[in-house]
Amino acid sequence: MSVRDLLFFSAGALRGHRLRSALSLLGVAIGIASVVLLTSLGEGARDYVTGEFAALGSNLLIVVPGRTETTGLAPLVNVATHDLTLADCDAIVRRVHQVRRVAPLSFGGAPAAVGDRRRDISVAGTTASFQGVRHVHIGVGRYLPEGELERGAAVCVIGAKLQKELFAARNPLGEVVRLGDQRFRVIGVMAPRGVSIGMDLDEMVHVPVERALRLFNRSGLFRILIEVSSRDEILAAKQGVSDALKTRHGGHEDFTILTQDSVLSTFGRILDLLTAALVGIAAISLTVAGIGIMNVMLVSVSERTREIGLLKALGVRSRQVVGVFLVEAIILSASGGAVGLGFAFAATRVFTALYPSFPIQPPGWAVAVAAAVSISVGLLFGTLPARRAARLDPVAALVRR
Amino acid sequence: MIELVRVCRDYEVGGRPVHALKDIDLSVPDGDYMSIMGPSGSGKSTLLNILGCLDRPTSGSYLFDGREVAGLTDDELSLTRQKRIGFVFQAYHLVPRLTALQNVELPMLFAGVERAERARRAAQALKVVGLSERADHTAEQLSGGERQRVAIARAVVMGPSVLLADEPTGNLDTAAGAEVLHLLEKMNAEGLTLLLVTHDPALGRRARHRLRLVDGVKSEEEKP
Repeated sequence: MSVRDLLFFSAGALRGHRLRSALSLLGVAIGIASVVLLTSLGEGARDYVTGEFAALGSNLLIVVPGRTETTGLAPLVNVATHDLTLADCDAIVRRVHQVRRVAPLSFGGAPAAVGDRRRDISVAGTTASFQGVRHVHIGVGRYLPEGELERGAAVCVIGAKLQKELFAARNPLGEVVRLGDQRFRVIGVMAPRGVSIGMDLDEMVHVPVERALRLFNRSGLFRILIEVSSRDEILAAKQGVSDALKTRHGGHEDFTILTQDSVLSTFGRILDLLTAALVGIAAISLTVAGIGIMNVMLVSVSERTREIGLLKALGVRSRQVVGVFLVEAIILSASGGAVGLGFAFAATRVFTALYPSFPIQPPGWAVAVAAAVSISVGLLFGTLPARRAARLDPVAALVRR
Repeated sequence: MIELVRVCRDYEVGGRPVHALKDIDLSVPDGDYMSIMGPSGSGKSTLLNILGCLDRPTSGSYLFDGREVAGLTDDELSLTRQKRIGFVFQAYHLVPRLTALQNVELPMLFAGVERAERARRAAQALKVVGLSERADHTAEQLSGGERQRVAIARAVVMGPSVLLADEPTGNLDTAAGAEVLHLLEKMNAEGLTLLLVTHDPALGRRARHRLRLVDGVKSEEEKP
């Protein structure tokens, strides 16, 4: 018996009870659609996070004051005995040769005023290196000037959104912004970028680090960002930075050095866990769908008892009877899989149209997995009904009403 | 050629053994026309199922064309039914969703006969039973007599040597019944061995070779 004949015969039997077939098919469709959609969401989230980290800058080391045992995330409680200082930055530049750029970062809030427009804003104190380390794009004007760490000019670079709020349509270059009790001349506006992990550059003002420390009345830095020359040297650089800082801090390792990889892998683990949980839920719905198929097939077998008896009398072998019913179950589950896959693709299109900043797309392997899973569901849950059909005694089956 | 030697068939019903057939000796030459009669419960159907290789004897020997059936595997029995035996049932047993032509094609479908060949042979078989015009009607659109003629076409389409008919006219009116019987007898005249189970003495008397069962035992046998 050819595969084509078998498919035709089984499909004909399914057409005999359309509603029942359609409903059990729908169960599989929902299961497959949820698997594909949830993995698409998981993959989308992963791509989003990875993209954000790439935008942060590459080959980055981040020095955080205080010691923490957790890898990856910043310490919650600051237990530093020594602050991170500008002198630490100097030491890193001088002693660790794998380092390309070092950007100190001081961070805080301050009341800002331009004429009579006022609002509280986030202030980042840093140096010209920050532009290279964090890939800052300038809209108009220029970024902070090169210069000695300890002597900063009273200039600032403002975010795109801040420019709109404080200056409206006016040209901000050369204008003065008051931060606390200090006056800063605007020398540049950053290009709009949107929210990136950690900070919203559009609503931030950058000033020379020494000015910021004075503004906040602090001597310790919030972070030190270090760009390493190449990816291969990250571990060596991390060791070098650690040694340089320990020497300066009297042998204490009272700081933490984060690598992008460690942060990324923490996010990765969280996302993996999330994806696994979602897939688990989807697996439950597929199991329910499989039981639905099994139920439909069992009903079909008992309704067609006399047909099965007839087939056996006509000399159809038990293996062929198993084949007929298995193929029916697989047609049901595979078409359910196809419908579910189609629905998932349509849904991700709609989602992407609604949220263009968070594009999701079914991963390439989703099609293969959906096909494999839906066929397996049919095989798995079709086996019991098919074997029951094949085991029927033809004599008893023929006289059954 | 069919030969039974001391064939017994026992069942267990509620833990008690029931002897459906006891020590049946029977010899049916090729081309024979034999009727099997007896009251209900006499073992007619059990005998027919054994003759049709749907069931195996509990003891005794059944030689079909010289081969011992008791020693065959399930698949070999299926193959024997497929190639050598045709069944006609009282309730026709057509598959209701299929057309007359597709019903006749059914045994060839599972025997792996090619599509074109299948359609040709099925059409030929329908022509023999006089239903060429009804080929595309589903079973439900046919009268009882027409259904039984489709069933006969299906039974002979694989070219069997034996046709087993179990009360083939039981559900039909006199005219349709006569037509069906005429068809079966015509096929027997062309060389097909015909075994007819019936409780109707008028029908049974038409056969050359008559067997009567009572309580699972051969009570009478008339040979030509």
